[in-house]
Amino acid sequence: MMASQILAQFQATGVETCFHDRHISPQIYAGLDGSNWRLKDYQARGGYAALRKMLAADGAPGLTPDQVIATVKESALRGRGGAGFPTGLKWSFMPRQFPGQKYLVCNSDEGEPGTCKDRDILQFNPHIVIEGMVIAAYAMGISVGYNYIHGEIFKTYDRFEEALEEARAAGLLGDAILGSAFNFQLHAVHGFGAYICGEETALLESLEGKKGQPRFKPPFPASFGMYGKPTTINNTETFAAVPWIIRNGGAAYLACGKPNNGGTKIYSVSGDVEKPGNYEVPMGTPFARLLEIAGGVRSGRQLKAVIPGGSSAPILPAAVMMDCTMDYDSIAKAGSMLGSGAVIVLDDSRCMVKSLQRLSYFYMHESCGQCTPCREGTGWLSRMVDRVENGQGRASDMDLLNSVADNIQGRTICALGDAAAMPVRAMIKHFRHEFEYHVEHKICMVPAYV
Amino acid sequence: MISEAGLARFAREVAKYPADQKQSAVMACLAVVQQELGHVGVESEKLVADYLGMAPIAVHEVTTFYNMYNQRPLGKYKLNVCTNLPCQLRDGTKALRHLEHKLGITMGQTTADGMFTLQQSECLGACADAPVLLVNDRTMCSFMGNEKLDQLVDGLMAAGVAP
Repeated sequence: MMASQILAQFQATGVETCFHDRHISPQIYAGLDGSNWRLKDYQARGGYAALRKMLAADGAPGLTPDQVIATVKESALRGRGGAGFPTGLKWSFMPRQFPGQKYLVCNSDEGEPGTCKDRDILQFNPHIVIEGMVIAAYAMGISVGYNYIHGEIFKTYDRFEEALEEARAAGLLGDAILGSAFNFQLHAVHGFGAYICGEETALLESLEGKKGQPRFKPPFPASFGMYGKPTTINNTETFAAVPWIIRNGGAAYLACGKPNNGGTKIYSVSGDVEKPGNYEVPMGTPFARLLEIAGGVRSGRQLKAVIPGGSSAPILPAAVMMDCTMDYDSIAKAGSMLGSGAVIVLDDSRCMVKSLQRLSYFYMHESCGQCTPCREGTGWLSRMVDRVENGQGRASDMDLLNSVADNIQGRTICALGDAAAMPVRAMIKHFRHEFEYHVEHKICMVPAYV
Repeated sequence: MISEAGLARFAREVAKYPADQKQSAVMACLAVVQQELGHVGVESEKLVADYLGMAPIAVHEVTTFYNMYNQRPLGKYKLNVCTNLPCQLRDGTKALRHLEHKLGITMGQTTADGMFTLQQSECLGACADAPVLLVNDRTMCSFMGNEKLDQLVDGLMAAGVAP
């Protein structure tokens, strides 16, 4: 066999992560089977109907840009990349009468550990992102856009390029879209391995062909973005939510979720569950229900803790988590954040020190080196957690870890510093006794964990 | 040297950006170089710099900042195994150890026959597929338990020099 044939045997098909029929009222993943990603399939599912409605290509009067933004505001769609900022409000920040070029950017640089939802959107339903971006571009009067795709998912990048070609050939992208006066050029771009480029201003630097080092904010991208021009950046899943909202109305989308948290959300459930995968469920779904559809805790073990929003989100003990519903407000109230929707599940065989050791190493590795508190602090944190894990910790290390974390958080240009500090503080807050056990006994409480 | 087809891919990437912003294509051009030559050396950086009208040091900054660029020649197959927490919870680290044992090298090394380079990597964005590994930047292999890792390595060994 050829090497390419051998490699092909091991590629994911999406059956486990996406086509499992355990979503609840899905909008973005609805009706997907892995082979129906092409334009004709998307149109058969009602795709591009929102674009036709907006551009009056279906005989109706069409929508003005203001009407599109008002609809998105009404939907209570919040940014799916991690910050949860209201999307309609973000769109309204773009200057309307700006004389020069403006840009639209899709952040598909999905690298937050635990998160793999955008990959399945782009791989199995790429046109929903294209349609969402065209609608957004129209609403903000933008004529050029880029979709920056995580460098490690190259097949997905190729797939998106192919979908773009289909959309261009069908007059859904490019000049005079659907015969209207609206033009929008959209291009695919890939990263090449840098977690920091998921930060929006680092992503802009990367798009400009530079090292991905974040910029000071303000100025925000809406006034000084790509090439210094007004730019709006949204996450892949955010754009993918837009066609449904335009087709069915903002009120209908809001009604799918709960107040202030409209629509459905895709959760990437990983770690100690029977069926890891992506699950699209309405906002406000109880965590217990999400855990149930992911097959429950693996091997009948007990739930110990959950990181509810990607590796940067503070960990929550099982009892707290089981009382949460999965939406921005409930998780924030419990002391963590919904983040990107990556739910990392840990069972009762897991050592918290060892888990934190791997995360702290990650933040040290991915710090861009620009700000001293982060560059030096992430290394310091990593080395300290390392020595506690290896039985060389000191009784004062927990307080020192907290102190270093305190001196990183809020003192850096971007949120990577906070992202490195928050897991440390939360682990010590909730599981201090495990750290103390390591220091005192020089071994782990749960030694079976490899 | 970059092939004609490679140069055509350079041009295609440059065309995505405004005429005065050719530098934006630097990451894509370097990825093309790596796919053709296996790594990005100083001469390649110079070539890309000339093509895009950049200072060579600006290209070098990009090569050294992003994790996936190979700054030296590696084995024929670069195996990047994710061991970040979600993967660690589902045997990502075991997969790395298994490959170390099977290939007789430790992570970061290349086998003596030049076939495999084994690396630990950070999140590949396929957390629900763990254990996962990325082969030569472009092919993600999912659910790689030890048996499948053996099949992969044995298969690639048998395929020999054919790309």
